[in-house]
Amino acid sequence: MKIDFVLNGRKVSAEGDPMDRLLDLLREKFKLTGTKEGCGEGECGACTVLLDGEPVLSCLVPIFQCQGREVMTVEGVAADPEAQAFLERFVQEGGVQCGACTPGIIVTGWKLSQNKARLRRGEIKNALAGNLCRCTGYEAIVRALERESPS
Amino acid sequence: MDKVTGEALYTDDLTLPGMIFGATLRSPHPHARIKRVRWKSASAPDGAICITSGDIPGPNGVQLLDDSWPVLADKIVHHIGEPVALTAAATREAAQRALQAIEIEYEPLPPALSWEEAEQLEPLYTLSLNHGDIQQAFTQADSIFEEEYRTGHQEQLYIECQGMIAWFDDDGMLKIIGSMQCPYYVQKALMHTLQIPEDKISVKPAAVGGAFGGKEDFPSLLAIHAALLARHSGHPVKMVYDRHEDLMVTPKRHPSRIRHRTGVSKEGRLLAMEIKIDLDGGAFQTLSPVVLSRAVLHATGPYRCPNVQIFGRVLRTHTVPNAAFRGFGAPQVHFAVERMIDHVARALKMNPFDIRKINVVHPEDRLATGQVLDESTSAHLVLEEVEKITKFRRRWRSMERARARRQGDEPMRGIGLSLSFHGAGFTGLGEHRMRSPATVRLTADGRMEVLTAQTEMGQGCSTILPQIAAAAAGLRLEDVIAHEPDTAVVPDSGPTVASRTTMIVGGTVERAARELRDRVIHWAQEHLGTGPDLEIRDSEVRGPKGSVSPFRDIGRACYEQGGPREVTLHHEPPAWQEFDESTYRGVAYATYGWAAHVIEVDIDPDTLEPRPLKATGVAEVGRVIHPTMCKGQFEGGTLQAIGYALTEEMKMKQGKYLNDRLTTYIIPTMKDSPKMEVTFLDRPWQGGAFGAKGIGELPMNGAAPAVIQAIENATGIIPVALPSTPERLYRWMMEGRTTGED
Ligand code: FES
Ligand code: FES
Repeated sequence: MKIDFVLNGRKVSAEGDPMDRLLDLLREKFKLTGTKEGCGEGECGACTVLLDGEPVLSCLVPIFQCQGREVMTVEGVAADPEAQAFLERFVQEGGVQCGACTPGIIVTGWKLSQNKARLRRGEIKNALAGNLCRCTGYEAIVRALERESPS
Repeated sequence: MDKVTGEALYTDDLTLPGMIFGATLRSPHPHARIKRVRWKSASAPDGAICITSGDIPGPNGVQLLDDSWPVLADKIVHHIGEPVALTAAATREAAQRALQAIEIEYEPLPPALSWEEAEQLEPLYTLSLNHGDIQQAFTQADSIFEEEYRTGHQEQLYIECQGMIAWFDDDGMLKIIGSMQCPYYVQKALMHTLQIPEDKISVKPAAVGGAFGGKEDFPSLLAIHAALLARHSGHPVKMVYDRHEDLMVTPKRHPSRIRHRTGVSKEGRLLAMEIKIDLDGGAFQTLSPVVLSRAVLHATGPYRCPNVQIFGRVLRTHTVPNAAFRGFGAPQVHFAVERMIDHVARALKMNPFDIRKINVVHPEDRLATGQVLDESTSAHLVLEEVEKITKFRRRWRSMERARARRQGDEPMRGIGLSLSFHGAGFTGLGEHRMRSPATVRLTADGRMEVLTAQTEMGQGCSTILPQIAAAAAGLRLEDVIAHEPDTAVVPDSGPTVASRTTMIVGGTVERAARELRDRVIHWAQEHLGTGPDLEIRDSEVRGPKGSVSPFRDIGRACYEQGGPREVTLHHEPPAWQEFDESTYRGVAYATYGWAAHVIEVDIDPDTLEPRPLKATGVAEVGRVIHPTMCKGQFEGGTLQAIGYALTEEMKMKQGKYLNDRLTTYIIPTMKDSPKMEVTFLDRPWQGGAFGAKGIGELPMNGAAPAVIQAIENATGIIPVALPSTPERLYRWMMEGRTTGED
């Protein structure tokens, strides 16, 4: 099947079995290796991307579901000039250690912090409960997101 | 920064021209004889290849402490999941399908799977340590307590699974890039098994997505597998495990069974401790002897006891070998000794803080090895500090009272305290034997470059080592760079383990950077005629009369005009660090890190499910060189230990892990994680780089016993095993393992 969608703001199309995983399409066909596979079964959140602005687990999304929709990966967030301060805060606060969970946390966190003046702890925890991080103990990630201030 | 933008390249992100994929055929039996292996190439996908133990050019063993861990099983399989044959084909799927073209006939043998069955076999390793006279001391004790404690497997669960790529370049050089902590371990294992000389192998870590000890030994096996397939096929070969395979076959933390017999005076002073430690080593030795050694050396906790007898064994079972995980034997024994201290306190009606206060080690005290502790001993300081911050003493007491008065399903809340320590660097003479080198050199553009084999896996060594060099040489950070750890280029500064990077390697880097600076200045005097009194600060070289020149200019001139370019120094262990490995007497570690944890939990009265609310940690790790990273290490380690205490468990049936998926192996999520507050006592230690000691493993030791004590405080149930799952808590409650006051 041929699918057409918008990937990080660009119109693209790809061929594939409709049930192929979005994760593999992104990594193999589009060489967007920022999105990681941590478990392949929807548990770790490392493969999170935004589909029409909502976080989804790309290891569970069959590509036919992306027809005509918008996909945003960590590379897309990183290219957004408005995201620069946000990304730097992650580094400053130590919200990134090994970095394997980071792309998933960045896209979820970026979505969460847009249009928000200030995030509450509970809100952050709810939104990111599906993104496992084994390195940081999460505190630094929460700190990075809490510091988000009105832009 | 490249990690937040998705640009950092991990093993699975890399592709090489002509690359094919490898897959592994594994034993379905815990113990069996291999009677026949047949490769039915006709039914395999086109171009697929297969390798068995007969195709290994050198010894069939992964070179580590010894080489008893087979690369591929030969006549006997010793655990479920043991690799028996390998395939490679054009795609991952084809390589998997090729596995079905291998036919193996097994004859099952009886496996040893329980402690009792394991005891029937020859232990993999034993160790003992004696101090004072325990028999005598037990006769003088006012009371004697006995208990058995158990801990289970824990899985490292780095988010990036194991992965390796191997190929031969046009010059016949074997190239390895993969996810690993110790590139030189991998290189040595390849030399041994593939019979390839050192200068024909280059091993390089890709970006490493977490390790925690889990990428210390296993990458050597995986690298050999990939290299064998690359040699056989003539193609670059990638082997990356999926989570299921990674969980099923990679080493975990050793389960333990620890028996304590403790004699105390009526004031609660420790008089005698007899500690018997059994670790479940799994099928092969791997790193178990060293893990046991650390377990034995930390078994008394940071407490003073004049009479100690410790006996440790690593037992053999027919399960996946167990090996390194952050803490390396210390978390198991800390759990046991902290529980025993709590047990004594409760029997003597003492507060957990008070009993620790009267027994905690101070400078001048002796450990069980006879080592006299020096002034860098801060156990008593971290204990006092955590009390000051949390008011633990009073709050523990009031929660005890609240428990006694609790009605129906009112919430249960508890608070727990623990004290822990961790020997920094390798045990005993490990560092003496290695005297590992580190190099600092000038680059053509006049900067300084640090060359070590230390691997960046999120703990920050690629930041900290240049930071140390910069500070030593008076340079700004942007003038110092770290060379990536490629075994073809960097010296063997030793493995990235045992919290040794900052203290040991950092110390050598510090000296080397200073020496290179001095030599460059000296050269400048002689060749540029600058005069002797140059000073370097913030990358600026200042003459005595106020002239200023960037270091880069002098560095470049020195490089171009044939001045000194490079300094390699070896680690100099302190001369006074003497340790007798046969009797286990002497200075096992040059110094220790110290920590106190206070953790609060809520328990659901219906399900008995504990929820950690807040963790407070106080630690002394010498000088804190990079506060953000140090804090991050402490917080991350603390949460791993909370997972160890509460949910992380490998259930096993017939030698097979049942929860070998992330759906069933439960690590803490952001919602399960407590609020954390970490304080460091800044006490520079004279022996480390700028006064730093290691931090990585320390937080792993103390958090679990603190959570468990908090559960006891909240519920009155007395846990004696990890993890303390709701099911276990319920069982202990039913068995009457309680404080008896409810
Ligand atoms: S890889 Fe998709 S959730 Fe883990
Ligand atoms: S930074 Fe390593 S898993 Fe989150």
